[in-house]
Amino acid sequence: MTALEFANKIKAKFGDLISEPTEFRGEISINLSDAEKIFDVCQFAKSIGLDYLVDICSVDDYGNDPRWTVVYHLRNIVNAVEIRVKTAVSEEKSELPSVLPVWRTANWHERETYDLMGIRFNGHPDLRRILMWEGYPYHPLRKDFPLAGKPTDLPEVAFTKVTPMEGGPFVTLPAKNDAIAREPRVRVPEGAEPGLSDKRLVKK
Amino acid sequence: MTQAQDIEIRDAAARTAAAVEELQDVQGEKMVLNLGPSHPATHGVLRIVLELDGEVITKADPDVGYLHRGDEKIAENMTYTQFIPYTDRLDYLAPLANNVAYALAVEKLLGIHDKLPPRCQYIRVMCCELARISAHLLGLGAFGMDTGAITIFLLTFTEREKIYNLAEAASGARLTTSYTRIGGLMRDIPPTWCAQVKQFCDEFEVALAEVETLLTRNRIWVDRLKDVGVVSKAMAIDYGLSGPNLRGSGVDWDLRKKQPYLCYKELEFDIPIGSVGDCYDRYLVRQEEMRQSVRILRQCLQKIPGGWTNDAKEPVSMADGKITLPSKQKVLSSMEELIHQFMLVTEGVNCPPGEVYFGHENPKGELGFYINSRGGGTPYRLKIRAPSFVNLSILGELLPGCMISDVPVVLGSLDFVMGESDR
Repeated sequence: MTALEFANKIKAKFGDLISEPTEFRGEISINLSDAEKIFDVCQFAKSIGLDYLVDICSVDDYGNDPRWTVVYHLRNIVNAVEIRVKTAVSEEKSELPSVLPVWRTANWHERETYDLMGIRFNGHPDLRRILMWEGYPYHPLRKDFPLAGKPTDLPEVAFTKVTPMEGGPFVTLPAKNDAIAREPRVRVPEGAEPGLSDKRLVKK
Repeated sequence: MTQAQDIEIRDAAARTAAAVEELQDVQGEKMVLNLGPSHPATHGVLRIVLELDGEVITKADPDVGYLHRGDEKIAENMTYTQFIPYTDRLDYLAPLANNVAYALAVEKLLGIHDKLPPRCQYIRVMCCELARISAHLLGLGAFGMDTGAITIFLLTFTEREKIYNLAEAASGARLTTSYTRIGGLMRDIPPTWCAQVKQFCDEFEVALAEVETLLTRNRIWVDRLKDVGVVSKAMAIDYGLSGPNLRGSGVDWDLRKKQPYLCYKELEFDIPIGSVGDCYDRYLVRQEEMRQSVRILRQCLQKIPGGWTNDAKEPVSMADGKITLPSKQKVLSSMEELIHQFMLVTEGVNCPPGEVYFGHENPKGELGFYINSRGGGTPYRLKIRAPSFVNLSILGELLPGCMISDVPVVLGSLDFVMGESDR
């Protein structure tokens, strides 16, 4: 069975809720218009043979409504085909049903999506942060979260000040010492002038 | 507090009875043990909160994220080519394989993944297989060391050193290789490289046989591994395991065979699968995979287009000026190439809008990149499907019921790396 046939089977079952399958680079994607139905769709997909959940991830379509897209990659192991199921979630709601009862691997994927994007999964028994620490106030993969990070004043965490990258990710600061002083293993050829700040090298 | 006199008054029989009662109390009590995040058996910064009943684990809660660097966020802020060095640091035991996986994902987005020059494909396959051997060797060495077989670590690290030398000869760096580019490779392999690979294969087979004689039928090794951490076929699929861990449970799944990329279609190799799904099966699968990797390497050495020294100057990168950098001489002498070079360096490879997922058979499992592109030189969203992350999620179910001394064995047999898990 091909990926398109799997997609059409899901479409036949759920009708207008599922968009026409689209193909890009040989990959089949379908859109689910009602995120509340994702559990039913996934359960049905598993029953027709898409038994392996590859990944769950989310996309922040910042500035548009609905803001979130949650992406599920499903696979049929026997035929080695994959389909992508996408569903949009609005920012006000930021919640959709968990598929943990269908695949247990969804546990950590959903926790990660919650942690980094702030989308909640209804029915997940243990929706804690996973990569960031417990009590961290932001969801860093959101587009409105700056790359340099935001100051957080939490006690007993590794850093509480603004990261030195603020103002731009690729700023290099001029070094105070020259390369020789910074690199203790560097060899200065004989006769060459030693580095200005390096007292080690001028001693006779 | 009990007074000393109180105890003296008691007779021996009463003391024994009290001790028995006390012991029963202790047996009913659970103890929480915090393993890691800095513990040699956790192979990185993995923390597991174990709940123990005596020596038996009743509950395990793995805690990851100590090495989180926000790679996915970083990727959204740079061009596709600039992200290649970050892939070195995912599974830092097999950087070459990560480079190839990422390059292939971007090439899939560009629609050029099947148009790569044949020599490039062969070199990439050789890099992947060397990386696989390197990663499995480290996994095996650390696994052996955790179970008391320190000799294995010394043997495997001797061989790994040679792979580092090969990586250095090819890319100039031992660990942070960044060898691939979108649409090709950073440079061709040096003329002596293939001979070095052949020599490595010859030596490695001897060393692997030696490891095999030390471990495979070793009574202690077998006793500690067999029937420990059994993952059934259904459970492996349910938890989304991939790579040797999935195959150890008897699922015939290898992306190199099932969704062949590069030149894997032209190569002959077998996929080992386990029958029980215990730690011993996962160990055997990795052993056989290394042997199959050597088999692939030998075939590549025979078939590589352009031969070992590439006298015919077979290209290793695509000649498309909009994807790969032109030669320096062309940049300095021709207007068109200068413009291409400028555009590629400043804006990156112009990718079409769309989304792709590419899964690559990495040593640890399926390393997948989901790229959501809105056009232009930077990804709108790049999600890394890290095999170690997914493989670790099974710990919460696998460890309960095991003894505390089984923890290093189960962790060693799952063979994960935290740099990739935490991204």
